[in-house]
Amino acid sequence: MRAVCWYGKNDVRTEIVPDPQILNPHDAIVKITSTAICGSDLHLYNGYIPTMQQGDILGHEFMGEVVETGREVTQVQRGDRVVVPFTIACGHCFFCQRELWSLCDNSNPNAWMAEKLYGASPSGLFGYSHMLGGYAGGQAEYARVPFANVGPIKIPDSLADEQVLFLSDIFPTGYMAAEHCHIQPGDIVAVWGCGPVGQFAIKSAYLFGAERVIAIDRVRERLHMAQEHGGAQILNYDEVDVLEALKELTGGRGPDACIDAVGLEAHGTSVGALYDRAKTAMYLATDRPHVLRQAIQACRKGGTVSIPGVYGGFLDKVPFGAAFAKGLTFTMGQTHVHRYLRPLLARIERGDINPAFVITHRLSLEEAPQGYEMFKHKDKSCIKIVLKP
Amino acid sequence: METARALRRQHKTYDVTASGKEAQKINVGQMERVLCTVGGGALALYALNRLSRWHLGLALAGGALVYRGLTGHCPVYQTAGFTTVNPSQDAGLHLQKTITVYKPRDEVYQSWRHLENLPRLMPHLDSVQRLDNRRSHWVANGPFGINLVWDAEITEEQPPEFIAWRSLPGTNPRHEGMVRFRQALDGHGTEVQVSMIYRPPGGVAGAALARVLKTMAVHNMQEDLRRFKQMLEAGEVATGANQTYQRV
Repeated sequence: MRAVCWYGKNDVRTEIVPDPQILNPHDAIVKITSTAICGSDLHLYNGYIPTMQQGDILGHEFMGEVVETGREVTQVQRGDRVVVPFTIACGHCFFCQRELWSLCDNSNPNAWMAEKLYGASPSGLFGYSHMLGGYAGGQAEYARVPFANVGPIKIPDSLADEQVLFLSDIFPTGYMAAEHCHIQPGDIVAVWGCGPVGQFAIKSAYLFGAERVIAIDRVRERLHMAQEHGGAQILNYDEVDVLEALKELTGGRGPDACIDAVGLEAHGTSVGALYDRAKTAMYLATDRPHVLRQAIQACRKGGTVSIPGVYGGFLDKVPFGAAFAKGLTFTMGQTHVHRYLRPLLARIERGDINPAFVITHRLSLEEAPQGYEMFKHKDKSCIKIVLKP
Repeated sequence: METARALRRQHKTYDVTASGKEAQKINVGQMERVLCTVGGGALALYALNRLSRWHLGLALAGGALVYRGLTGHCPVYQTAGFTTVNPSQDAGLHLQKTITVYKPRDEVYQSWRHLENLPRLMPHLDSVQRLDNRRSHWVANGPFGINLVWDAEITEEQPPEFIAWRSLPGTNPRHEGMVRFRQALDGHGTEVQVSMIYRPPGGVAGAALARVLKTMAVHNMQEDLRRFKQMLEAGEVATGANQTYQRV
């Protein structure tokens, strides 16, 4: 089959690779009809994630038709149309039983690697380095889906692929980030990053009853989408002092909740941001917490900083004193996708939201390498690329 | 009886007193201590009678040797994980790992006790053959592709709390072990704690080699426990089995 494979920094290639096989009794094979490139795939593309090997198949947002099932699979069968969560969960461990699906104990065959770095291993992920399982990803024609009784959700024929594809990752990610803010009536939420996750965080914040959402970015098309589709008040950090503006827009209090939908590759032009760039360029630091610093500084006393943006390693110069003095609550982590599949599918069916609004480009697998470049540089107003194998 | 008691004595409890007594463990053998004290003292006396930087260095070295002899503690040995105390008795390699399985204790105990099942659960075991109620024949995948073969007997067991065993004399490497099952997570889970002592052949030299292999042995034990847990909880062992290694 054809698949998008990682070969190094700024080097992905679409190649012919062997088809996946059923390896375990709870596996299913899915023939992929739609898949996407995620912002976190760019961390792989830019060489920030360790334990990648040449030839690794990328992609963790995918859906399609079940074509084969292992002998213990009972919840799906051949012909079913499913969306697959990007986090792999066994359903039976302590964490899965508590709906902490992205912390599954049993889905990472290379758990010892993650344990060395983190103290304990999170769940395995599709297409996201050997430390997180070494699973082949979904930017391909077929994928092997472990624990098929637990993950995949069946999709009615009445919904198009593009309406439901983002249940696999980015819609639940934005939604969980907003849910964790415990939004109260009258709350003002600030969202850093107007990429696809930020867009869903903005929409979700309003679904949870936020009075106002303030969206921060510098890319015109993304700010425009946040305003037009999301209903957010927008701030361009190239043009305004974000901390000043946030104070003014919230009556001097600061936002009640701050969502960091940017993560480790934060961009900025302040002295702090340039410091971060220098450090990561010299491999003295692994992550750039520019956005996190702003979120901490801006957040109102007793507020919440909610972090869906991916961080991988170590942060430098984080104003923890400010966080302590203001009694902030931090919430973060990979999305517990399984928790949100059914409720969010119901919202889509009811017409509360059509997630397809984030899509700006549709490409073939062969065009994926150009897609990655375009997505990385935000060329051609690129916000979200869907690939059709 | 003896094994269980011995293991409980040597069991690592991670109690470190406030004064950091753990750090001052005696790791220098008796004869060596005597030689250090006497030799170090002589060296120091010799050096102190002469005035020069070189002799000052010698005096310090002598002093260090005296300290080593008197306290029985050598920081260099400690860093290397080495000890010359009672080489024949304490050359044993102690391994211990704990994992929590999210199943009730009785179930976990029974899964372990059915020894013939263990190879299915633990990839480093090749086969276990039950000889009688207490004895069994084991084949494991050792380092460097060597198969390790031994007979073992259960020396003591108390369902559902622990099983203690030892390898039978005449097989190598000699080892003893104990697995303890403790209730956890409000009765929904079980802490499985495996302690083992390997007594490799070859005296002190064998022990040194064994220490080198210790990291690998501990890693293997951890991975076997992890797979045991995966089988009991999820019904299968996770595998990524990336396809990229077989290029079309």
